[in-house]
Amino acid sequence: MRLAFQLAYKNLIGAGLRTWLNSIVLSFAFVLIIFFNGLLDGWNQQARLDGINWEYANGHLINEEYDSYNPFSIQDGHAVLPKEDQANLTPVLVRQATIYPQGRMFPIMLKGIDSKQSTIKLPSNLLNTSEANIPVIIGNRMAETTNLKVGDDVLLRWRDKNGTYDASSVTIVGIFDTNVAFVDSGQIWVAIDKLWEMTGLYNHASLFIANDNYIHKNLKGWRYEDREFLLKELTKIIETKKVSSSIMYFLLLSIGLLAIFDTQVLSVFRRQKEIGTYISLGMTRFQVVKIFTAEGSMYSIFAVFLAAAYGIPLLGYIAKTGITFPMSGDDYGIIMAETIYPVYSFNLVFGTIVIVVLLATIVSFLPARKISKMNPVEALKGKLQ
Amino acid sequence: MKKIIIALILSFVASCLFAQDAIMIIKRVDDNMISKTQIVESQMLIYGRRKTRTVVSKSYTEGKDKSFTEYLSPAREKGTKMLKLKDRLWIYSPSTDRTIQLSGHMLRQSVMGSDLSYEDMMEDREMTDMYSAEVVGEEIIDGRKTWILELKAKVDDVAYYSRKIWVDTERYVPLKEELFAKSGQLLKRVSLTDITKVDGRWYPQKMNYKDVLKTGKGTDFIIIDIQFNTKIPTYIFNKASLRK
Repeated sequence: MRLAFQLAYKNLIGAGLRTWLNSIVLSFAFVLIIFFNGLLDGWNQQARLDGINWEYANGHLINEEYDSYNPFSIQDGHAVLPKEDQANLTPVLVRQATIYPQGRMFPIMLKGIDSKQSTIKLPSNLLNTSEANIPVIIGNRMAETTNLKVGDDVLLRWRDKNGTYDASSVTIVGIFDTNVAFVDSGQIWVAIDKLWEMTGLYNHASLFIANDNYIHKNLKGWRYEDREFLLKELTKIIETKKVSSSIMYFLLLSIGLLAIFDTQVLSVFRRQKEIGTYISLGMTRFQVVKIFTAEGSMYSIFAVFLAAAYGIPLLGYIAKTGITFPMSGDDYGIIMAETIYPVYSFNLVFGTIVIVVLLATIVSFLPARKISKMNPVEALKGKLQ
Repeated sequence: MKKIIIALILSFVASCLFAQDAIMIIKRVDDNMISKTQIVESQMLIYGRRKTRTVVSKSYTEGKDKSFTEYLSPAREKGTKMLKLKDRLWIYSPSTDRTIQLSGHMLRQSVMGSDLSYEDMMEDREMTDMYSAEVVGEEIIDGRKTWILELKAKVDDVAYYSRKIWVDTERYVPLKEELFAKSGQLLKRVSLTDITKVDGRWYPQKMNYKDVLKTGKGTDFIIIDIQFNTKIPTYIFNKASLRK
């Protein structure tokens, strides 16, 4: 085997430009595969972390009538949960309301949350410290849409539990920055006890956010969605993206491997005399096949080193600065940071190396098989077979 | 002491009388505005930020419980029909050939994007059942002398906690109405103008509904033609008529 690699190495170095070309194409495919997969992994990790920190925590206990995707369920989708069942849970009450900034009308979700909570990163403590009549906090997206800033007063109209309109001025006491549009766009956060007072729905909640210490038990009228269930959609989107981008990898790899295949076919055809010489010197046909296969797979090893030479600094730089996307995932309802930082795991790099080397070995072996059927005497004479 | 007691009794009696007067005024307004049947052809001008939409419709109404409306123009709305029977409302859309029933919070949606909601249109309870009323003053509006009636909710499930109505003292027609939230914030204003005598009753030919919290001119509701107490075939107030 060692002899096969030594001979293969000498032959490849001797080939010059052809070796460089094959290696460059393969290294390019190699770097691209690692980069895209790293980007998707980075997006996944970031989105998961943001989702857990800002929205999902350890799961949601949701009123069975309430569906966050159905605005018609807000009216009746709330109830009282006995205090003894509320351990490690943060209540959230959702109501429909309308705000009128600068004479414009915006339908919004009015969400009440315990101002002392620390289960999610929402800065609800600002609702506690303000002296305003009705302090509220909003996200960056909401602030941009409504043109509101900290300290602004805006008229809010809502309905109480009987459907009677009420209206009052609310004060923006904080604007938070989050990648999770679901806690930002089209909504205003207020202290839940204030919302109970406003609506008359004392102790009601549409859902509860569970912290890490929460242990679920079945409760009538409520359904529990754990963290993994809530992150399921995001995971599926990433998986879909990975599958769709694999088409690109397939095409790139095919080009590189086709080049190796062509090179090997040509190699076997042109070096029949050499093959005949090897066999006449006592090598078995299988040993000769090994030499030519090793030559082909060496292209992939050269490609790995070449990819490392320019890929490591390039991918390292991108991992540090990240990639900023002009479009926002908000439009698609998915958590997506403005700047994504790729993550290159050991499994990703090692797995890619193994796959590329393996495939290169296979495509090199296919034409080299012909050698086992060659007549060495004819080969020595230089007769084409 | 005696004088104070007498003054208190007199003011109590006066307030009762005023309340009685207010209720009488509201009843007379209802008698004037509501007939056994009405056939109304009207135009709704919805003033938007960039353009104004005009929707023409024809309505058949029987008392407060039954109402059928067909939209005649523009082309996009033509053929859309609404049927109200007591507290239920159905809408037929010709583009989808489907009839849907609006109920609960769906009634809070606006009618054709106007300042009027389905809920505003749907209210079929008597004012006197929902509100206690009191005459709080008088005012001149467009040269007409009006009583100012203040209504406060006496039941929990009303949309507007209080209202103010300016009623023409001679014609018993409301000229203006203001709707308030529980906090006292003014929410909507309705202006009724162009009061004309039709079939022996005074009726406003133009109404403007305005959400005062947002900028804009609101929605104008203009009556093109109105007939009172005309016989309306019973099949009109039937779900089957929505698809015809």
